[in-house]
Amino acid sequence: MIKTDVLIIGAGPIGLFTVQQLGLIGLKAEVVDNLDKIGGQCIELYPDKPIYDIPAVPVCTGESLTKNLLEQIEPFKINFHLNERVQEISKEKNNWKIITSKNKIFIAPNIIIAGGVGSFEPRKFSIEEAVKFEDKGVYYSIKDKNYFKNKKICIFGGGDSALDWAIELSKFAQVILVHRRNEFRGAEHSTTTVKKLEKEGKLKIKTPFQINSIEGQDKISAINIKSDDGKTEKIATDCILGFFGLIMKLGPIAEWDLNLEKKHIPVNTENFQTNKEGIFAIGDICTYPGKLKLILSGFHEGALAARACFKLARPNEKYRFEFTTTSKSMHERLGVKVK
Amino acid sequence: MPKITYIEHNGKTHVQEVPNGLSVMEGAVQNNIPGIDADCGGSCACATCHVYVDEKWFSKLPNKESAEEDMLDMAFEPNKFSRLGCQITITNDLDGMVVKMPSKQA
Repeated sequence: MIKTDVLIIGAGPIGLFTVQQLGLIGLKAEVVDNLDKIGGQCIELYPDKPIYDIPAVPVCTGESLTKNLLEQIEPFKINFHLNERVQEISKEKNNWKIITSKNKIFIAPNIIIAGGVGSFEPRKFSIEEAVKFEDKGVYYSIKDKNYFKNKKICIFGGGDSALDWAIELSKFAQVILVHRRNEFRGAEHSTTTVKKLEKEGKLKIKTPFQINSIEGQDKISAINIKSDDGKTEKIATDCILGFFGLIMKLGPIAEWDLNLEKKHIPVNTENFQTNKEGIFAIGDICTYPGKLKLILSGFHEGALAARACFKLARPNEKYRFEFTTTSKSMHERLGVKVK
Repeated sequence: MPKITYIEHNGKTHVQEVPNGLSVMEGAVQNNIPGIDADCGGSCACATCHVYVDEKWFSKLPNKESAEEDMLDMAFEPNKFSRLGCQITITNDLDGMVVKMPSKQA
């Protein structure tokens, strides 16, 4: 069990900056994120795309923004709980009890939800049979590649994950790479390698094809693939792997009675608290009249929510507004010496 | 103002006036037409504003950029008339265009 002042859900830019705002006023935070890395949408969706509207930063990328935010919160030595999703919350006296998908328990007077549009999960095959065979022949990630040794495998997708796994698994399995169009979007080097392996007969490529159906009773025996022009082909296979990127799903947050409006959490604009005391929502996931889905708006929301957390985390202390330029206690927390 | 016809997967039809300069995605979201999620807010980064453009209209659209084609790889059941709603800007030339939404966005 971990006791903290604030549990932050979401390690995107808004969650990260809020850690800094909390740290400056002397509050401890723990951060939980379902992704395996820090940075949220900035890292998962647009690490290389330029961002031009961060105040005083003429241009940066999702990746550089994340890197700078991490540097900014370095003094606060925050614990990140990645690959973990908050499953349940419940009220216990003056605290919230939070349980994650790894059964980790947090006790905190405050929860800040900075969850973007939800947690990232793999996109799945669209056909119904895929559900029945999930983890029994249909996979969206690879935990142990040895499991696939000498198997017949169809890999779907055109990005780096699909190409990299096609290359890797072709060393010891019969791989067929299936993609909806003739062009691959993965790295040029991987595309070249895949085409070279095809020439050498080490793997097969089927384009432009998508999955049409799965055959088999308890396990997969074959699949049918179909092109846009209606051409179909049957392929005998043991398993299929889908690499279609990630999608954002709201997940358990939807069950916390937060009066959701179209996947967003209504908050007041005084402190970004939700309808529940001690639960705040900031960034893309919150909504209020005039809400702008900009990173800079999220920073503001985080700063105000952090001050509101102080009241619940330190009920017997008085919050004093201070500037980082002059506050000795803030300098101590930042570990800097200022004359 | 150009009129765009949005057809939900269940067949429900919405004829909507959409001002020039907005995207097909914005025309739906701002008017509460269901079937388009637009999780990323229109930055061509999520493929949840996927639509099937009516065959007659498809060829009238400017070509897809590679970023859009890449995102369509991740869309739910794409076909040769698939586009991302956020990447189609409404102009007078598109008055009367028909788009259909997939059964779901992800």
